[in-house]
Amino acid sequence: MIRRHPIEVLLWIVLVTLPLWLAQVGGYTALGTKILIYGIAALALNLVLGFTGGLSFGHAAYFGVGAYGAGMTLKYLVPSTPLAIVVGTIAGGLAATILGPLVMRRRGIYFAMITIAIGQLFYFIAVRWNNVTGGEDGLAGFQRQPIHIGSFVFDVQDETKYYYLVLACFAIAIVIMRVLLASPLGHTWVAIRENRRRAQFLGLRTDLYVWAAFAISGTITALAGTLNAMLFNFTSPQDLHWILSGNFVIMIVLGGMRKFWGPLVGVTIFVVAQDYLSSLTDNWMTFIGLIFVLIVLLFPKGILGLIRSRRRAQTSPRAPGIQQSNEALEENRSAPVREVAK
Amino acid sequence: MQLLLFNAFNGLIQGVFYALMALGLALILSLNSVINMAHGGFLVIGAYLAYTLAPYLGFWGALVVGPIGAAVIGLFVERILIRPLYKRPDPLYTLLLTFGLALIIEDLTRTIWGAQGLPFQVPAALNSPISSVLFFITGYRVLVVAITIGVMIALYLLLRYSRLGIRIRAGTFDLETVSALGVNIYLLRALNFGLGCLLAGLAGVLAAGILGLTPPMGSSLIMPSFVAIIVGGVGSLVGSILGGLLIGVAAGITTTYYPAASEAVIYLIMLIVLVIRPRGLLGQEGLFE
Repeated sequence: MIRRHPIEVLLWIVLVTLPLWLAQVGGYTALGTKILIYGIAALALNLVLGFTGGLSFGHAAYFGVGAYGAGMTLKYLVPSTPLAIVVGTIAGGLAATILGPLVMRRRGIYFAMITIAIGQLFYFIAVRWNNVTGGEDGLAGFQRQPIHIGSFVFDVQDETKYYYLVLACFAIAIVIMRVLLASPLGHTWVAIRENRRRAQFLGLRTDLYVWAAFAISGTITALAGTLNAMLFNFTSPQDLHWILSGNFVIMIVLGGMRKFWGPLVGVTIFVVAQDYLSSLTDNWMTFIGLIFVLIVLLFPKGILGLIRSRRRAQTSPRAPGIQQSNEALEENRSAPVREVAK
Repeated sequence: MQLLLFNAFNGLIQGVFYALMALGLALILSLNSVINMAHGGFLVIGAYLAYTLAPYLGFWGALVVGPIGAAVIGLFVERILIRPLYKRPDPLYTLLLTFGLALIIEDLTRTIWGAQGLPFQVPAALNSPISSVLFFITGYRVLVVAITIGVMIALYLLLRYSRLGIRIRAGTFDLETVSALGVNIYLLRALNFGLGCLLAGLAGVLAAGILGLTPPMGSSLIMPSFVAIIVGGVGSLVGSILGGLLIGVAAGITTTYYPAASEAVIYLIMLIVLVIRPRGLLGQEGLFE
């Protein structure tokens, strides 16, 4: 069902051994954990963005709901790490499931606008509901707790052990997403992305499939949110803000949105760059903005897309010509005129 | 009662800014098919240009030059950055590009003018209340409303009667046909983008007189403007004005009774509209569905 690529095996080896050598190359364990967490979120968002073709620009909302859900569970309900993960994930998943029907019939620009705006609702709830959420200052005062399995204690307060907990969640999320994408459901998503109207003519209820993609993607994004809250033992309204939503999208585009692993590549580069830039200059926001502009203008297919088209050009001498003519054809069809209103 | 009137009028003023922003966004959205996330950036540019030039040109000069400056920068941005993207049908790319621009503009504004708020001086004559009972209605606020109404009438006349306006409206229906009839649609879209930025710049200068200048003022006004478009209906300019005023007043009234919910109510209205009337109050059926 799922073919294993040698590079993929290498990837898992790298991820499993990461805490052993990351410090030697100038990183720190929490950075690796953050990459994994954002990786879960970006891969999940890509289910909607890259595979179903829905331009969701508000996924930080579900990330944040997960984060607040986990934080509040630890702070107000029970000090239990697994329960915090479950509660946060369900909370974010529910939010996405309930709001999904509002966007599932929309396409393109309208889909993006509604998802952005809906995300802001959660942001203002978090900012204004002071006594519960901690308002602008964020939610603090909770700690991830050691996990008890029978008599065995897995003390995730240790950073390296927490990394492995996150890696386990990452692996579970990957398996779920791979299985889904290999299933008829996943193929339907791609069909909707490629031609929604044609999928409708085949008798598929595309709305429901888009809803499913949105709900599943929101749920997994919320899982990432819960892990992020417990990584820092803190969460703030910034985890809900549309700037984070935009960052997720640019990470995906940077890595390559048509490839399963593309988002992870993008996340790695973006998170490391952000970490480095914010320690280097106060104007890091300008550089992040420049990254946005340059990626859009120069690497619209992302890094993995770039590698793939180059490899294809090398293996088959005829391919580049065909590709060029295809691209020219596409440009001719869409330029100078674009689809304005359907 | 006075408090309610006070807050409702404050909300109306906010709504005017939302409406001006939403109008520009909606113009760019319908003809250029671009969600201009940097629209708040153009608002900030207009406001800070006016602030910088006011000592030399006076308030009235700055009021004219600020928006024009925003429009000129908008034209440059459209020409250099956005035009290459028209050939990609996916709206994702322009969305991301303008998103990046919004970050850059906000950060550079902070670097150039500082992160703390700056006051924008309006002529003293405009600052006095009109009556002691309605103490909150100052001359400046009346001016804001008057200018906005004037601009909206001018825009209506432009779109209704001028050749440019007719082409813009035709282009929103069917750009291909307009192009086939020999109209330079690149120029058309550039002018339309500039027009949208002009409105954003104007909103910025007017808002600066009431809210003061801060670098994030653009990003705090842009989200409600999105909501205004969604509530009013995508594809309807009148709808976006209506939507802007509606959510502004609703937020104002909510402030009277439950201040903490004054922002959230904007998004709640949007959710209610989306459930009851998914295309928005005045939106056309089937657009972007």
